[in-house]
Amino acid sequence: MNIDREHFRQALQRTPFHDRFAALSTTEEWMAWNTYKVPRVVDNLSTEYFAVRSGCAVMDLTPMEKYRITGIGSREFLDRLVTRDISKLRPGRVTYVVLCNDEGKVIDDGTLFQFGEHEYRLCSQHHQFDWLLMSANGFDVHVEVETHDVAALAVQGPTSYSVLSAAGICKLDQLKPFGIAELRCGDIPVTVSRTGYTGDLGYELWTQPAHALQLWDAIFGVQGQYDIHAMGLSALEMVRIEAGFIMPGFDFNTAESTIRNGYDRSPYEVGLGWVVNLDKGHFTGRKALMAEVSRPAERRLTKIVVNGNKPVGEAFIFDGKNGKQVGEIKCATWSPILKANLALADIEYVDGRLPSQLWARIDYQRELKWLSTWAECQVQSKAFFNPEHRSTTPPARY
Amino acid sequence: MTERTDAIIIGAGHNGLVCAAYLARAGMKVLCLESADSAGGMSAPRTLGDNYHFPGLALVAYPVAPAMCRDLKLEQFGYEPGKAIDTIALDANGKHLTIGTNSVSGDSLPESDRKAYPKIREQYLAFAKALHPLFDNKPPRLKHMEFADKTTLVKLGWNIRLGLGREAMYEFLRVAGINIHDVLNEAFEDDRLKGAIAADAVMGSAMGPRTPGTVLTWLQRLQGELNGPMSLQSGGRSQLVHALTQSAEDVGATVRFNAHVDKVLVENGKAFGVELSTGEILKARIVISNADPRSTFTRLVGAPRLDAMFANRVAQIRGAGVVAKLHLALSGKPEFAGLPEAQMGNRLLIAPSMKYIEQAFNHSKYDKYSEHPVLDIAIPSVHNHALAPERHHVMSVNVAFVPYHLEGGWQEQKATFAHKVISQLGQYSPNLKSLIVDHELLTPRDIEEQYHAVQGHWHHGELSIHQSFMMRPLYGAAQYDTPIEKLFLCGAGSHPGGGLTGLPGRNAAKRILELGGAK
Repeated sequence: MNIDREHFRQALQRTPFHDRFAALSTTEEWMAWNTYKVPRVVDNLSTEYFAVRSGCAVMDLTPMEKYRITGIGSREFLDRLVTRDISKLRPGRVTYVVLCNDEGKVIDDGTLFQFGEHEYRLCSQHHQFDWLLMSANGFDVHVEVETHDVAALAVQGPTSYSVLSAAGICKLDQLKPFGIAELRCGDIPVTVSRTGYTGDLGYELWTQPAHALQLWDAIFGVQGQYDIHAMGLSALEMVRIEAGFIMPGFDFNTAESTIRNGYDRSPYEVGLGWVVNLDKGHFTGRKALMAEVSRPAERRLTKIVVNGNKPVGEAFIFDGKNGKQVGEIKCATWSPILKANLALADIEYVDGRLPSQLWARIDYQRELKWLSTWAECQVQSKAFFNPEHRSTTPPARY
Repeated sequence: MTERTDAIIIGAGHNGLVCAAYLARAGMKVLCLESADSAGGMSAPRTLGDNYHFPGLALVAYPVAPAMCRDLKLEQFGYEPGKAIDTIALDANGKHLTIGTNSVSGDSLPESDRKAYPKIREQYLAFAKALHPLFDNKPPRLKHMEFADKTTLVKLGWNIRLGLGREAMYEFLRVAGINIHDVLNEAFEDDRLKGAIAADAVMGSAMGPRTPGTVLTWLQRLQGELNGPMSLQSGGRSQLVHALTQSAEDVGATVRFNAHVDKVLVENGKAFGVELSTGEILKARIVISNADPRSTFTRLVGAPRLDAMFANRVAQIRGAGVVAKLHLALSGKPEFAGLPEAQMGNRLLIAPSMKYIEQAFNHSKYDKYSEHPVLDIAIPSVHNHALAPERHHVMSVNVAFVPYHLEGGWQEQKATFAHKVISQLGQYSPNLKSLIVDHELLTPRDIEEQYHAVQGHWHHGELSIHQSFMMRPLYGAAQYDTPIEKLFLCGAGSHPGGGLTGLPGRNAAKRILELGGAK
């Protein structure tokens, strides 16, 4: 990795796609993501949201933490690293994984890509190089950071398949969800995975930084034919909540950044129990998680629909109107497509069970005056939004 | 195996034997596996050529705790604590000091030092006694404390506050974390005396007299003296290891030699046996490792079966050996200028000043050896004539501050270094060189290879404060049980550490029985 000697003059790094986003930005609403400057909103939040849900949205994924994991011990290393049974993972496939510390508390989640027999990429929300190096102790494995060496775009939405095909990225028809394909876009090589953080049909494109703009231009070259929008992180926040995806560090405190006792969370507590396999053999945190499952549940990050249309924002949850406080909302959004107030709330269980009623006290302002109202919440076990077209192979053409 | 084995103990070093004897006495069926062809581990006898025998790596020992002696009937099996000896602080000009348990004498020793010595000794033995509950029990867990942990802490608090008294407690709290250099400079004037005491405080550790925590290492050493005076290891049937083997076998424990354990077998987070280098599999209800913690977890268990943070802490255990052993086969009794022959059975020390020790230590910090190492010398054949042919002798020397990693490598420089140590000895004993029939030098690397202790550390890990008590050998395995169910530790790497005390082995056995034995 070459570091520009003048890099310190810029507080935030520019991704290889930055110039294109800057050209489209009317709001100039930028934010920092992992030392990079990325748009919060490029032009209009509603437009960007509806691009994901009914058209095609393009988002910069370059700042995402990426690690290359190689070596003959890499499978054994990964097996010990993640809570999930990855024995079925094969080259050309991706799987969602969770990393725990020794106490069985979530450090991060991520997607694990397998490229070759001993060749993997782990994408994580937070910087995990130190954790990976520490975990590599005793394994024949090599871990390197490739965050800055790979330019990545998320192309998401029902028409994303058609857009990419029109842009010259062919042979996507047989690519199943969580599949990886090594393809070309014109004369540049592109790795395409059918993955995303939107809960919709979508792809993630990985290429060399030098080819970034050529890739962008090929996609936006079919702009007239399809409605394509550059998208910022605010729209992503809306769609990921609709999809029921969690964000470590925001919806719950990640283990290695938690200072106060009891403020970290286990995978079970954040609804990721389905990614934990206690029978797969040893992994970091297994012993602690074995002990946890033998005790009654203490709390769960719970998907709730808050009645009414008052934006929830940050609110406490009670076990009845004017009842006892039993939890708090961690993230919330108004879902334009479902016409509902969606939220993820950390709820304390009583005797291992979810309280029978949940109410949110919503504090809101009217012309700068604070008011308070009560809204009952409905618990939802599945993703709020999970359209069929998301997982159809081949995807529908538009 | 047709017969049920309750416990397999890896390593028949003295701690393994103590643990075996205690568990067998409690009715458990114990099998102790030893890779060498005799028991004792680092304290097992060695032979040079055909006729020269050495008592093992340990040079001196203190009597084992009376309770252990009683519990295991050690005296019945021939154990004798050995004759009390003095330390002779050798002086290049022949003005040696004789340092006993309660007195010090020698040419040109300041009167003030002669008077202060017994007082300081008394005070520090009182400190050592105050700490005794900590050494005599499993280290207390501070979170999720058990009743036994509370009693240990109450006893400790009681001892420090009421046992010592107000004044002495203040002094104890003042010195407990500081270095021996400052403390000895406050107490004494004579360089030889300060050098000799400081050498005891740092021997076996990668620490110089100025290293913080060296008062604590001295107090750890003085723990032994609470049981009685220091004696020389001189081999024979009265040795601790011999009695321990008998005691363990008497109650049905089996010691199997030439059985090198390659793996601790673990399934579903639970140890259920071991695999030998021959491929033979031996099963047991519990497995106890007397091997050092790094070997146990890294080599025998393996990182894939451990949590990442724990495995990382294991890798971070500080414990590069810093003591080499020089064995000399001699055709006669060496003479030390100014030392009467009657004194030859004592422990002889070349550590003429604290500055000398600190400088010797400095070299080892930078992966070099010192041309003037600290030498701890004994001639065990003075006490036991059977060790060498008639009129011949064997000399055993601990060479302190010999780095595990030597710049340029040991292979090329070992012979030169042995020669340099012999030359250094020659400055005090002019006729020594002419008497040498044979010699062997065991660097920390050799000790690692021959005794399977990672980095050849005597104590299986530094006795520094961050690796003591509830942090020994590391957080997560400090109460003799480990993250692997049914796998326990019983060696010097565990609390309270190295030395021929048997305490880690006994504490481990007590802990195992408390946790239900083989149930």
